[in-house]
Amino acid sequence: MRICVLIKQLPDTGSALKIRADELWVDEDNLVFSANESDSYALEEALLMKEAQGGEVVVVSLGPERVGQVLKDALAKGADRAIHLHDPAWEVLDSLGLARIMAAVLKEEQCDLIFTGLQSDDTGDGQLGPMLAELLDMPHVTLVVETELSDGRIKVKQELEGGWFQYVTAQLPVLLTIQSGINKPRYASLRGIMAMKHKEIKAVGAGDLDLPADQWVAGRTLQRLYVPEKTKETVFLEGSPQEVGAALVDHLVNTAKVF
Amino acid sequence: MSRQLRGPDYLALSDLLTEEEILIQHTAHDFVTAEVLPIITKHFRDGTFPATLVPQMAQLGFLGSALPPEVGGAGLSAVGYGLVSQELERGDSAIRSFVSVQNSLVMFPIFTFGSEDQKERWLKPLARGEVIGCFGLTEPDVGSNPAAMQTRARRDGDGWVLSGAKMWITNGSIADIAIVWAKDEEDTVRGFIVERGSPGFSAPDMTGKLSLRASVTSELLLDEVPVAESSRLPGAAGLGGPLNCLTEARYGIAWGAIGAAVACYEAALEYAGERTQFGRPISGFQLTQEKLVWMLTEITKAQLLVLQLGRLKEQGKLRFQQVSLAKRNNVWMARVCARLAREIHGANGIMDEYPLMRHMMNLESVYTYEGTHEMHTLILGEDITGQPAFT
Repeated sequence: MRICVLIKQLPDTGSALKIRADELWVDEDNLVFSANESDSYALEEALLMKEAQGGEVVVVSLGPERVGQVLKDALAKGADRAIHLHDPAWEVLDSLGLARIMAAVLKEEQCDLIFTGLQSDDTGDGQLGPMLAELLDMPHVTLVVETELSDGRIKVKQELEGGWFQYVTAQLPVLLTIQSGINKPRYASLRGIMAMKHKEIKAVGAGDLDLPADQWVAGRTLQRLYVPEKTKETVFLEGSPQEVGAALVDHLVNTAKVF
Repeated sequence: MSRQLRGPDYLALSDLLTEEEILIQHTAHDFVTAEVLPIITKHFRDGTFPATLVPQMAQLGFLGSALPPEVGGAGLSAVGYGLVSQELERGDSAIRSFVSVQNSLVMFPIFTFGSEDQKERWLKPLARGEVIGCFGLTEPDVGSNPAAMQTRARRDGDGWVLSGAKMWITNGSIADIAIVWAKDEEDTVRGFIVERGSPGFSAPDMTGKLSLRASVTSELLLDEVPVAESSRLPGAAGLGGPLNCLTEARYGIAWGAIGAAVACYEAALEYAGERTQFGRPISGFQLTQEKLVWMLTEITKAQLLVLQLGRLKEQGKLRFQQVSLAKRNNVWMARVCARLAREIHGANGIMDEYPLMRHMMNLESVYTYEGTHEMHTLILGEDITGQPAFT
């Protein structure tokens, strides 16, 4: 059984973020990066499944050289090999372009299962999983909080709105987007860390894929990244206490909408 | 940005470490933060050892970490091993002591002085935490001068009979095996693996400790304990055996003490930033800053010291006197850090809500065990003057 896990590298939670001068992304100098939270749970779920059923865990990430760190972290935790997608042409992608690149790579991997986190903690799109599943012509289940694999089928518990859950079964191959909290991600063991450097990290660029360049041109582009701008406006209410009280309630309910 | 150590790294020592070494520090750091810190205060208060941590530490490879993978180790560099010790002691000296004993005083002598059968039988179970070990050298009347040891090993047919008493034995009553050092009839020091349950062997706990309260400390009583020749460590004859083990353990302590100092420094820095007096945080006052800067400076110097110590060890160039210098300095500075951090915390500092008194009390033991501060001074004194001043 082969399980592929998609991991995105992000600035570490708690980083002090500064917006870049061009207002198109954050300033990445001096930032510490780590794996997207729900991707860490996806990796753990894959490792647990491998330990129970046997097989291979392949981790995949797209991004600049620093992305090698999250791949190595995953190898140290027990993933078997890694694929690093890296090409200057892929600096600006939207979800569809990213999904097409991932599909071109994963098509060759013939995965039985593809796991990814529910969504990334930076842009929060949550689109890569479903798009990739469609491109690979396999079913997908999102918001997975429990998995049970048996006889070529997987039964998953899926989180719904309002505290509800449902169980879904699917035939392999299938793609799952994993919700944070499904398991307890492990620490890399010392033996795992020492074994890491002997494992393969395959570098893949645009020239290695059978994918025309127009397939990853972003159809959606980020216009401007900014911290919410505060506007301060003082309203003076006048009249008798009763009138001021009524106006205040009206303002809070209908204008400020705090209730 | 390249990978960075977690915690204070004022001189960018991350740049001098391998990627594996930094990841090792991350694992140990995150483990201590998530698994040790939430439970350690209660164990210290209750005087109990957090045994639930043992399987987790074994699974992560902390037990026997510097030994080769073939015998159950992780094959860490000396610096990697040191970083683990440092992080564990950031949690509590008791946790680092447990791991130090298992690694340096039990697995190391079996690996270095043991027979193939002994290595085969014991090392992997010790690495998995299924077997706990302890080390018996110090005696009620014999501390700094182990040459005066009174525990005897008498030949008896094909085997041996051990008689005597050992004291201040970390892990004693929870240990499955004890490495016991005793003099034979020719006054040569020999090492033996004594199993729990051997006739005449007992390990009563020492009670009333106000230090290392989360660690088990016991006596070992040996009343005509029969031990097979196959349980004698064949490669050890003379005091060099146990002293080699102590050099290993002291090496871990030199690193570990930095962890205790870091815990105190980080607590003091955070507290000073939050505690307001005279209308502003106390971190803005010169006297507080002087204390914080002293701590950071000493921690940074200590980090540099052990890093070079580790690299010398990796190159096989390490002298035991250099380990004495590092153990002596680093425990001393950690002990002062604990006091300065407590001062910054004012009255709050005496409460166990903060880690300062726990580390301060622990460090009183660390200052004295594995060679007292004073003995390390004399070791260094002899080394630089050529004149022994021990007697």
